[in-house]
Amino acid sequence: MSTLAIVGFYEEWWIQILKAIVIFAVGLQLVPVVLLAERKLLGRFQARYGPNRVGPYGALQPLADILKLLTKEQFRPSTSIGFLFVLAPLISILTAVAAFAIIPFGNVQHIFGKEVGLYGIDVSIGPLYVFAFGGIAFYGIMLGGWSSGSKYSFLGAMRAAAQLISYEVSQGLALVGVIFTAQTLSLTGIVEAQKGMWYIVPQFFGFLIFLTASFAETNRAPFDLTEADAELVGGYNTEYGGGRFASYYFAEYLNVLVVSGIVTTVFLGGWLLPFGIHPPGFLDPIVVLFKMGLVTFLFIWVRATLPRLRYDQLMSFGWKILLPLATLNALVTAVLVVVTH
Amino acid sequence: MGDPTPTTAELNVTSWSPGEDVIEVMRTPAPGPARATWRTFRETARGLMTTFGRLTEKGVTVQYPEEKTPVYPRFRGRHKLHRFEDTGLEKCVGCSLCAAACPADCIRVVAAENTPENRVSAGERYAAVYEINLSRCIFCGYCEIACPFDAITMGHDYELSDYDRSDLIFTKEMLLAEPLERTPLRNEGE
Repeated sequence: MSTLAIVGFYEEWWIQILKAIVIFAVGLQLVPVVLLAERKLLGRFQARYGPNRVGPYGALQPLADILKLLTKEQFRPSTSIGFLFVLAPLISILTAVAAFAIIPFGNVQHIFGKEVGLYGIDVSIGPLYVFAFGGIAFYGIMLGGWSSGSKYSFLGAMRAAAQLISYEVSQGLALVGVIFTAQTLSLTGIVEAQKGMWYIVPQFFGFLIFLTASFAETNRAPFDLTEADAELVGGYNTEYGGGRFASYYFAEYLNVLVVSGIVTTVFLGGWLLPFGIHPPGFLDPIVVLFKMGLVTFLFIWVRATLPRLRYDQLMSFGWKILLPLATLNALVTAVLVVVTH
Repeated sequence: MGDPTPTTAELNVTSWSPGEDVIEVMRTPAPGPARATWRTFRETARGLMTTFGRLTEKGVTVQYPEEKTPVYPRFRGRHKLHRFEDTGLEKCVGCSLCAAACPADCIRVVAAENTPENRVSAGERYAAVYEINLSRCIFCGYCEIACPFDAITMGHDYELSDYDRSDLIFTKEMLLAEPLERTPLRNEGE
């Protein structure tokens, strides 16, 4: 049997299960925080306050939102295809959580005499794993939009399909430069390779391209054409309500977190701090979460600033500008790596 | 009747000139790739700085139930009926001019004669029934204008929602009662 991927660090089975639960719980807790942060920050960006009625400073707003969604009736249009309609949000949420597993929150630590890696799994195919689950995530959107049996959902899903295919290429190519320089696909390996300098400096263009493509991949402004409210009601999730809509919503924000995590790991040096500061190992997750927060802030900031692109602009930007730039970036990096080694 | 519509040939459309003072629209030359890229980045950065500047400012939202927008003195809110301050008699004499002026037909007045034992208003007659259906009222203020005795004026209260339509029919007692000043009045120059 051929090897699909090598696992960088292996622990006992019960530690892995424990880690899976902890990471899932952390991801689950981060989503409401991002949700609230987005609504509060969008408010401040637009010179208003955002939610401030539920709890102190509106802190319980996400809880109220989730409660409201979960107590709603599970509605299904008569034109929908039941089996797929139920399955689609599950695919979305599953892939988002799975992609979250490889974000490294720290290196191998000694906890109670055991060596534990502060990540779900350290595979030798890091970014490929993320793109693989990104590719499957897209079935969640496609199937959801198509099986709803509604024209708005269908249009939204079609747009999502075209957009995700176009931008996944540039996203992947933007990472190629980093992989050339680090000479590894393991995400912990990439972080270790950034000891001297974070890749945001030598790979600045790669960073910009990856970030732009990520906005499109997570269906966020200015590339939120899949749910362009003014034209498509709600895009692929128009017919969804209650818990299923909550799943989609959750997956969307978890995807933002995953992309922030990837940007942190690949370009912002993961758990490393600049100026040779070496905090004790148990602070690593906090450093990573802080950097992820900064990237998420950038996502929200851009959403508050840039208007949505037109569909043809989106396509021509993706294929005519972003893709050639990403290719050029990869090529130049390849040449430089060969010349300097 | 005016002139018949001229035909296209009469207008001589092909050689029509907008006049001496009209110049052609001038456009700046399309920027080259480098300039376009620079412009895109600069404008994006400028937009980001503009929104970031808002973060440091206070929100402009009026926190409504706690904070209320003050109204101007001539604001037309809920009606008030008035009494004479010295005698305490009602100013309304039941003439129904307000009801006649009302475009929404929301005022109902039934007049009755004042008697020496039961003297309600200053005139010969008084309004035995005076009702305003606020679910129909359009707050135009014509009743106020029509009233010869300034017996009815528009107040400043704008919080008029209720759970039942019948609760929105205001009777004479409710209109005469000193209203709860729920709405702040705008100060001079505010």
